[in-house]
Amino acid sequence: MILPVILLVIAALVLIAKFVPKGKTIVLYAVLIMIAFIMIFPFYDMFVMSTRTTQEIFSFPPLLVFGQNLVENFKNMTDQVDFWLAFRNSMIITCSYVALVLLFCSIGGYAFAFYNFPGRNVLFAILLGTMMIPTTAGIIPWYIMMSKFHWVDTFRALIIPNCANAFGIYWMRQYCKNNIPTSLIEAARIDGCSEWTIFFRIVAPILAPAYASLGIMNFVNVWNDFMQPMMILKSPKLQTLPLMLRTMVSDRGTDYGAMMLASTCAVLPLLIAFLCASKYFMDGLTAGAVKE
Amino acid sequence: MGLKKTWKEYKVAYVYIAPFFILFAIFGLFPIAFGFYLSFFRWDGLSAMHFIGVENYLNVFKDPLFWKALKNTLFIGIIAHIPILLGGLTLAYILNSKLVRGQNIFKTIYFMPMVTSSVAISIVFQQMFGNNYGVINWFVTLLGGEKVNWLGGDGALIKVAVIVMFAWKWIGWNMVIYLAGMQGINNDVYEAARIDGANNFQVLFKICIPLLKPIIIFTIVQSTIGMFNLFTEPFILTGQNWQGGINNGGLTLMTYLLSKAPQGGNLYGYASSVAYIITALIVIISIAVNRGTLDKKDPDYLADQAVRKQRKERAKALRMAKKGGAVK
Repeated sequence: MILPVILLVIAALVLIAKFVPKGKTIVLYAVLIMIAFIMIFPFYDMFVMSTRTTQEIFSFPPLLVFGQNLVENFKNMTDQVDFWLAFRNSMIITCSYVALVLLFCSIGGYAFAFYNFPGRNVLFAILLGTMMIPTTAGIIPWYIMMSKFHWVDTFRALIIPNCANAFGIYWMRQYCKNNIPTSLIEAARIDGCSEWTIFFRIVAPILAPAYASLGIMNFVNVWNDFMQPMMILKSPKLQTLPLMLRTMVSDRGTDYGAMMLASTCAVLPLLIAFLCASKYFMDGLTAGAVKE
Repeated sequence: MGLKKTWKEYKVAYVYIAPFFILFAIFGLFPIAFGFYLSFFRWDGLSAMHFIGVENYLNVFKDPLFWKALKNTLFIGIIAHIPILLGGLTLAYILNSKLVRGQNIFKTIYFMPMVTSSVAISIVFQQMFGNNYGVINWFVTLLGGEKVNWLGGDGALIKVAVIVMFAWKWIGWNMVIYLAGMQGINNDVYEAARIDGANNFQVLFKICIPLLKPIIIFTIVQSTIGMFNLFTEPFILTGQNWQGGINNGGLTLMTYLLSKAPQGGNLYGYASSVAYIITALIVIISIAVNRGTLDKKDPDYLADQAVRKQRKERAKALRMAKKGGAVK
């Protein structure tokens, strides 16, 4: 029964494209809007379910308009888990990681772009080589190392090891080469600026768009990461948002409305930021593909 | 003396690049090297390590669960690549054509899944794929079908749910990359093709895809790595089961690895060998994708080969000359 319906729809679309004037455009819009609907629907359903009681969520056919249980769900959620603590933990980890990675990547990329130090080409080749190694190979010893360092159950373990970001350095180097004229740096040097001043006063401001893209890319990845925090953060006080969601799921007989609201709260900040600055997000998250 | 002078002159540069190399040596290189070493030992993380040669690897290959995990991962990855490649290309092509407007709106909507937390979205999909109350089954019954037990039953259909989530998440990413690539192609190329009488399909398959090949390969390699690291979605969908749920239907390689150590058990040596097998698979597939799509008639490839040949001959001639000099 499903297959004939789908075939019928496709046949109708083809016919429209062939015989209706401007049919092609109509069909293309139909396809685009249909897929857009599929992309949005899970978000919409999540928002709807977070305003419903558990009983309403478990009803058939499913209710697809907003309910009135939002406040109640919020109360239940904050009773079950410490949402603001998890939010704060996620914020601390992500922000300190992003700040460090941006600093290391930009100074590294700048050094590779503008200093002709001995061994530069070899070191840069090594840096590119490290991007080819899948990190999966070291995951077990990495964990052993963290426990030997007594870094299990600390934020450090999620921040410091990940700061070695070869791609970021490579990307910053390209950006420096394409956007900063050598003469600018030489002029500053002649004027008597120290090397640090040159970087922080002259280079860093020019790098602002690169900081935005690279920062967003790393922010999104770390904010949403589940596997590493799951391995490292054991105590409830250190939970990040994904870990908090996981605890809510594993508590049996859970309140589904509250759970959906928690999911919404975990997704919403980034989603709103994305809708406001989608260009930077797309540039950052697809970096490396086109900028060769 | 020379060294000291160099150091003084370029101290800043070395200081600037030092953080990466130090951190990478400690937290990147060392674990990878130690993991290889560890994969030849039996170790529970506390007592002494026992060298057992390749026994870990043999045991992995003997374990039916490993094969099940590999089969699941490959199945999910290969099926999911069809919509994300073809769908991504088609959507990019539609948006790139002059026929539709609102490119940015559609791009933004398709890209949305990429910025969301896998755990949160898995929870939502779990609800949507639910047997009795899920939206998807409701849709199926609307079309006159029977309710399908996606997440229960014999555990095979859970892969469908994972594939849908994987495709839902990655299609926008691929699309945005392809679209950027298509916009980078010079407009004259399209116009020339149109004047020669090429239709839309010919332009897509004969011009766009060959010109985008490096980008397409990049996306395939990236999503292949994503596929082998697939863990969160099936883990949440199966109710956080380390065995992959009913009949191990949702067991992926990454879940299998973590279930051995450090999450589900303490077989550190064994888990290391699993990690190395996964790595080998990633490397092999990446190379195969690069090699398999190699076009022997491509002018770039031919030029590359010619340069290489020339270099080889020159080196040979140099060696001969040196040898001759030595004899004399």
